[in-house]
Amino acid sequence: MELLLQQLMAGLATGAIYAAMALAVVMIYQAIDHLNFAQGEMAMFSTFLAWQMIQWGQPYWVAFIGAVVLSFLGGIAIERVLFKPIRNAPILSQLVAFIALYGILNSSAGEIWDFTIKTFPTPFGSAPLFGQNLISTHQAGMIGVTLAMLVLLYFFFRGSRLGLAMRAAAANPDSARLVGIRVGWMLALGWGMSAAVGAVAGMLIAPVVFLEPNMMLGVLLYGFAGAVLGGLSSPGGAVAGGFAVGVIENLAGTFIPYVGRELKLTIALVLIVAVLMVRPSGVFGRAVVSRV
Amino acid sequence: MTMPPHESAVLTREPPRAPPIARPSPRHFTIGAAIVAALLLPLLTTSFVTFQLTLVMIYGLAILGLNLLTGFNGQFSLGHSAFYGIGAYTAAILMDQADLAYYWTLPCAGLLCFVVGFLFGLPALRLQGLYLALATFALATAMPQILKFHPLEPLTGGVQGIAILKPDPPPGVPLSADQWLYYFTLAVLLVMLAGAANLVKSRTGRAIMAIRDHPLAAAAMGINTALYKTLTFGVSALYTGVAGALGAIAVQFVAPDSFTFLLSVSLLVGLVIGGVASIPGSLVGGLFVLFVPNIAESISRGLAGAVYGVILLLVIYVMPAGAAGLARLITARLASIRSIRSEGRST
Repeated sequence: MELLLQQLMAGLATGAIYAAMALAVVMIYQAIDHLNFAQGEMAMFSTFLAWQMIQWGQPYWVAFIGAVVLSFLGGIAIERVLFKPIRNAPILSQLVAFIALYGILNSSAGEIWDFTIKTFPTPFGSAPLFGQNLISTHQAGMIGVTLAMLVLLYFFFRGSRLGLAMRAAAANPDSARLVGIRVGWMLALGWGMSAAVGAVAGMLIAPVVFLEPNMMLGVLLYGFAGAVLGGLSSPGGAVAGGFAVGVIENLAGTFIPYVGRELKLTIALVLIVAVLMVRPSGVFGRAVVSRV
Repeated sequence: MTMPPHESAVLTREPPRAPPIARPSPRHFTIGAAIVAALLLPLLTTSFVTFQLTLVMIYGLAILGLNLLTGFNGQFSLGHSAFYGIGAYTAAILMDQADLAYYWTLPCAGLLCFVVGFLFGLPALRLQGLYLALATFALATAMPQILKFHPLEPLTGGVQGIAILKPDPPPGVPLSADQWLYYFTLAVLLVMLAGAANLVKSRTGRAIMAIRDHPLAAAAMGINTALYKTLTFGVSALYTGVAGALGAIAVQFVAPDSFTFLLSVSLLVGLVIGGVASIPGSLVGGLFVLFVPNIAESISRGLAGAVYGVILLLVIYVMPAGAAGLARLITARLASIRSIRSEGRST
């Protein structure tokens, strides 16, 4: 029983990493209707920016806010400069452009800050929470910040005119343009916001996995898995999916005898695919209705 | 001028149809010239270049497999590294443990991959777009872990992988091992290219493409979408698996970490650069996948990834529909120029 609880908490702690990334993934999906393979590298780059500011003697929160603002602007710039010219290209070509962006960010971060791993500070401290060895204060803080971001985004998309305009631009660009929404800028805004969410995720993840240019590869993939499991059309579902991936991974590694430890990732992914068999649009997602 | 009798006979019997034996078109000349060039190349270059060109053909074949699924059938896959890996390991294990001749490993690898692909296509029926991408991604992630899996080590060699010997040319053939492998690969490639071209042109091929263009409408027209989608998955895996087997024979070595998700990404990049739903484009994709990372590395060692990314972006800007799209654009322009000229002459 204690082992189960321990693994469950460890799973939630890992899951918080995936959930933070899954939220950024869904954010961009809402705006541009496909996944951004360079998302993790953008988050990594933002985290390096924050690290650099801390190295220059800025306090943590100044660096935090600075990195979020810079990432927001950077996200908009990437959309305006790199992706606007190929907006009408086939989806697969845009996908290759994401892969290109991935290579550019990863390799330049390696060149600027090199590949040695760096520690990144946490504002929450890393003592065990409530004096028990189940979960640290940083992990609890990470879960809290992820949930807070989720609530903020929910109210932004449900409650504000800008949020509504962004949803309209993503759902039906032509009609949105006809009612006077500047669809192009809504896309750019979506990029900016997802870069900002990614920056927060990166800065929360970095104290756990350490800061280096390749830190995001695994995280992003399991963030994707979480987002898809929860349903790409639902931010809340994506966060839940992220936690679920973490928990499944840990429980499979502990409780499935013989194959569990070596193949725990495989088992987690197979379980996710099995869930998708039953709910092909994700657990919390809506099925897309198509017109014949 | 009098017409030869057999031609007039054909014309009178079925006037609107083309004669049964098609006259060689410019397309046939291009294909013929490409084959002649491919036959001469290894005689003119060093053995290292020959080896690289062999790999280009192998990647091209793997990309062709992906193209059948993604380009022609519209099913997205990030899992083709797994099929490539299964093909490679099948060849290596059969050569290493069963002492099978290298050429027998290809049908075995193809058959096994067909079965695995077909079976994987069954659950994939329920999934579309990104959800299918995730399912195939799971396959790509699982493969290296399964190959490293401890209980399978006697068969797969675990983390160490398997080393195999490069096949010698048959006795009496005055070719080096590299050249022989090149011609062997070329022969396999040509057969499989012809197979793919025929498949795409056939009734089955039209059904496959109808499913891509509108699955519901295709089903309404009486196409068994489930059957065709799973069969396409199987055939696609077969192509990539044969490429994997050839790849293992060419590099004489297989190891789990050669067949990760990154290989799937490379194949996808090759597919897009060559041209989605283009059979010759797949070979252009093979060229890109093999040579461009090396070029990027030679420009800047530290920033190789960035240079590669910039090249990719430039290529996408210049030809958003890949090399095949660019070729189509050029032929269309040439044809319109020609028609304008001939109109000018007739008036």
